[in-house]
Amino acid sequence: MRISLEVATTHLTSRLRPTLVSLGGVVLGVAFFLAVSSLMRGSEKDFLKRMIDNNPHITVYDEYRNPEPQPAELRWAGAAVQVAHVKPHAEPRGIRAYPQKLAYIESLPGVRVAPVLSDSAVLLFAGHQQGVTLSGIVPAKMKTVTTLQEKMVAGSLDALTADPNGVVLGTGLAQKFNLRLGSTISVVSASGTNHALRVVGLFRTGNAAYDEGQTFVLLKRAQALLERPNRINRFVIQLAEPTAARTVAQQIEAESGYKSVSWAEASEDILSLLLVRNIIMYSVVSAILVVASFGIYNTLSTIVMEKTRDIAILKSMGFHARDVRTIFLLEGLIIGCIGSAFGLLFGAGLMRILANVALRPPGVSEVVHLPIWWGPEQFALATVFALLSCLAAAYLPAQRASRVHPVDILRGAT
Amino acid sequence: MSVILAAENVRRRLSGAVPVTLVDGVSLAIGLGEFVCIMGPSGSGKSSLLYLLGLLDVPDEGRIRLDGEDTSGFGEDELANCRLERLGYVFQFHFLLAEFTIRENVMLPMRRLGRATPEQCRARADALLDRLGVLDQAAKRPHQLSGGQRQRVAIARALANDPLVLLADEPTGNLDSASGANVRQTLRELTREMGKSVIAVTHDANFAAAADRRVEIVDGRLVGG
Repeated sequence: MRISLEVATTHLTSRLRPTLVSLGGVVLGVAFFLAVSSLMRGSEKDFLKRMIDNNPHITVYDEYRNPEPQPAELRWAGAAVQVAHVKPHAEPRGIRAYPQKLAYIESLPGVRVAPVLSDSAVLLFAGHQQGVTLSGIVPAKMKTVTTLQEKMVAGSLDALTADPNGVVLGTGLAQKFNLRLGSTISVVSASGTNHALRVVGLFRTGNAAYDEGQTFVLLKRAQALLERPNRINRFVIQLAEPTAARTVAQQIEAESGYKSVSWAEASEDILSLLLVRNIIMYSVVSAILVVASFGIYNTLSTIVMEKTRDIAILKSMGFHARDVRTIFLLEGLIIGCIGSAFGLLFGAGLMRILANVALRPPGVSEVVHLPIWWGPEQFALATVFALLSCLAAAYLPAQRASRVHPVDILRGAT
Repeated sequence: MSVILAAENVRRRLSGAVPVTLVDGVSLAIGLGEFVCIMGPSGSGKSSLLYLLGLLDVPDEGRIRLDGEDTSGFGEDELANCRLERLGYVFQFHFLLAEFTIRENVMLPMRRLGRATPEQCRARADALLDRLGVLDQAAKRPHQLSGGQRQRVAIARALANDPLVLLADEPTGNLDSASGANVRQTLRELTREMGKSVIAVTHDANFAAAADRRVEIVDGRLVGG
């Protein structure tokens, strides 16, 4: 092996210019593979982080994934059963015995949970009216599962606890109705219950629809307004480890019976989209390395042609065909290793430059930086792909060299 | 004298639109320590016979025995091992690897064989170069040596793994008369002092005169010897 390595090295150093051109191709290929893929993966992770941070990791709804089977269906399984004049059981909609379920969810490790009762309501003020989503919350718990408290621009969520008739709403809605802290508004629920509420907090998320359409009151107040005492219709759950959401959701659903949807399940279409985007991205950046591998193929093919006589003499000395093949595969591997090493350094430099690029998108006051993913797997992937490309490029010349028949060459040699 | 290398009724044809018979039913036995010259006109099949004897080519018919062992069933790797361990080659052109020094060229077969440490390989390479009078050129590259010196280095390389038989194809064909005489003398001494068998293909009658035996080949058949 060592002698093969030495012969391979001398071949490459004896044809320095083509070797350097091949090397340059690999360096650029690896660097751009790394820079582009880290940028794309960075944007993907940034997007997922925002999606995960701004949405519940798990939401438990007051509905069942599959409707409960009718008793007749259970009694005559597989039979065609028609039940006439079924009278549905009338009861307020929502999650029953939620305190027990809340206690169970809270007992799970790494889980933070808040009960919510949401429904539509109409907000009335000075002759204006607007449909909104009214959510009843427990402020202390809600703060642990959302970033709402961080989005408050006036007042606080805790003010709801101090003032049972308080309401927290978005700045968009406040601007529309010309409201400020302390303003009193009327809220009418779907059942017709009317109640006066005082503005005790204003939030701004940057999402216009949310800022104009969401209002928060104390859970007890919402239950009274919506006439659903002791009911909630959602558990909002955050996890210490968001990747465990699917498993925990299944566990909660099995225990409570209510439909529990993890962020991954709710965003399956987005995750599929990201997967497709990654495949496209890796295909494009891999093409750079494939192009670079043509340079290696060209260099090694030329070496094989130039060194045919040397190959013949090595084989006449007793070198095996596999020794000769190894020599040329090693040449590809050497270019791949050195090219990868410099390519990774160059790529890391490009990543650093990209990470420092500051942008101010239109309408956004904050300066944002390009998200770059520094994950070691990006570096490993770029290296592995470069080495595979180089070996693939070296394979054909290596095969050709290994098939050189010494007698054919020695007969024609002078 | 025990037979170290023998061709038994070997035949070699090149297939194609017009098939060509290179070697036609040749039987030849080479004794241990014997210096045999194969002579004949151009295209008579001298080199083809040498390639068959040197296990570089495989006969279509007949067999080659090396040190009593029938090589007719050998695969490519086994033939390569035989060449590496038991045969040495010197060609008309020196065929030294241009990127390696003289010493490294001589060490190549030993290093491929892998039975000696690098230090032992180096010591043996130096001893062979010294024996052939080119030790002072050991650190140079082949292009820095004269034709005669390069051919002596090629002989040193052929002797690197202490082969039983040295096969030489027109070893003096590219040399002036003084260098040719020197190479001839070296090969002669190898048989006398080191007990090596030498088979040389040559056109040169002076070279052939130094051999123990001369055989002539015409149209692929032996006609004398």
